[in-house]
Amino acid sequence: MTKDGARTILADVMERFLGVACKRLPDDVYAKLRECAQGETSPLQRAVYESYFENLRLAQQLDRPCCQDTGLLHFYIRCGADFPYIGVVESALGQAVARATASAPLRPNAVDFFTERNTGDNTGERMPWLHWDILPEGNQLEICVYFAGAGCSLPGRAQVFKPSDGYGAVVRYVFDAVSGLALNACPPLIVGVGLGHNIENAGVLSKMACLRPLGSANPHPRGAKLERDLLAGLNSLGVGAQGLPGNRIAMEVHVESSARHTATIAAAVNVSCYTHRRGFITFREDMTYSQSSYKGVEL
Amino acid sequence: MKKILTVPIRDEDIDGLRAGDVIYLTGTIATGRDDVHRRVVAEGMQSPFDLRGGVIFHAGPIVRRTPAGNELVAVGPTSSVRMEAFQAGFIEKTGVRVIIGKGGMGPATAQACRQFKAVHCVAMGGCAVSAASQVEAIQDCFWPELGMPECMWVLRVREFGPLVVSIDAHGGDLFAATRADIAGRREACQGPIVDSVKNYMVVD
Repeated sequence: MTKDGARTILADVMERFLGVACKRLPDDVYAKLRECAQGETSPLQRAVYESYFENLRLAQQLDRPCCQDTGLLHFYIRCGADFPYIGVVESALGQAVARATASAPLRPNAVDFFTERNTGDNTGERMPWLHWDILPEGNQLEICVYFAGAGCSLPGRAQVFKPSDGYGAVVRYVFDAVSGLALNACPPLIVGVGLGHNIENAGVLSKMACLRPLGSANPHPRGAKLERDLLAGLNSLGVGAQGLPGNRIAMEVHVESSARHTATIAAAVNVSCYTHRRGFITFREDMTYSQSSYKGVEL
Repeated sequence: MKKILTVPIRDEDIDGLRAGDVIYLTGTIATGRDDVHRRVVAEGMQSPFDLRGGVIFHAGPIVRRTPAGNELVAVGPTSSVRMEAFQAGFIEKTGVRVIIGKGGMGPATAQACRQFKAVHCVAMGGCAVSAASQVEAIQDCFWPELGMPECMWVLRVREFGPLVVSIDAHGGDLFAATRADIAGRREACQGPIVDSVKNYMVVD
């Protein structure tokens, strides 16, 4: 296959995938949202969840984006070093985003700094946002797409602590973020915590934490325990869906870490709203593909 | 029974509302978020749509342009707190009576709601298709140079809601109460976790 041929396939398939992923929740998120609904008993919370599920049903029926804020498009990419078309990925994803803005349709949200004009098609300076992991083995292209809306971006924060502040500072920092602006970010949230040594390394990890499949756990026993403890602690704050009184402010807490500098502890918190529009799709070297996020959906 | 208010909103409508009430709106409303508020308050521009007794909706819709005209695909509330810096001035200058958004606002807005008889309500976040189905027509679009999310869309709505009154004109503030409640509980929620990690940096 020529590079142009591969680019055409990638752009076409990703345009259709974006069209699916903005209109429904991935299966794991939908199931978790059902579970959260069971945990709420007040009439107000029940009414909120009824509205959530009715809206998701209508979005399917009318083939429309379930939330008007379709965000900016982030692609977290894991590409095998032997995948033959690595050079066309960036341009194909840009094309897919611009075309899906018209065909899905997505809300045009991209505004370039300094000109302050909406670009109209969700592309712009360094947008869509691409994060690359090159895998030393393998010939596949794995793409995680995420619709980064404003409501759940606004509470995001990162800070570098001194070792004397200890892990306790991280716990307090997560509570600061979630009990502050995250109330407005359409709970129940997925809370991503990144632990590293400086702000961008912790920030990227906090995003990877958000994107992790639900039901997965941090590989270290202490990390997994911290995830469970933070989830239980945050869900004891007395806040539920839409930041109104209730029992479940968070669907899940995920922690991702890297080694830290011996002299710093960096923490970042990223939250995702309940309409956690995140999908996984994998392309093989012959440009055939499979997606695992939406059972039974053909692109 | 549904409590339905009709735009324009009167003094007595506002007087009768308390934080926590659930209402629906019928009539003409306008969207306006960061840029609209900045233009009206910080840049001193006149709102292009008369908002006296009216409704401002913190929202940026998805609109599909078709040969038959503009089709409203999806619309829903955005985080109101972003407008806090301008909201009190916006209420004073435009005479708007109902603000619709998502999440709480700050003390300046609450004060303006008391002083000028206005309320802030929250619509259901993320429920953009349901909300769009309650919009009968797009009546107008002002300041299109701000882009689709930021310009002012004038919408005719019928029984738009449910809307939960979050700030009333009598000092009631649902989210301020929630924040105070969280502040009271927080140490009990995080304290045991802080304790559980305090020895994590001890090296044997």
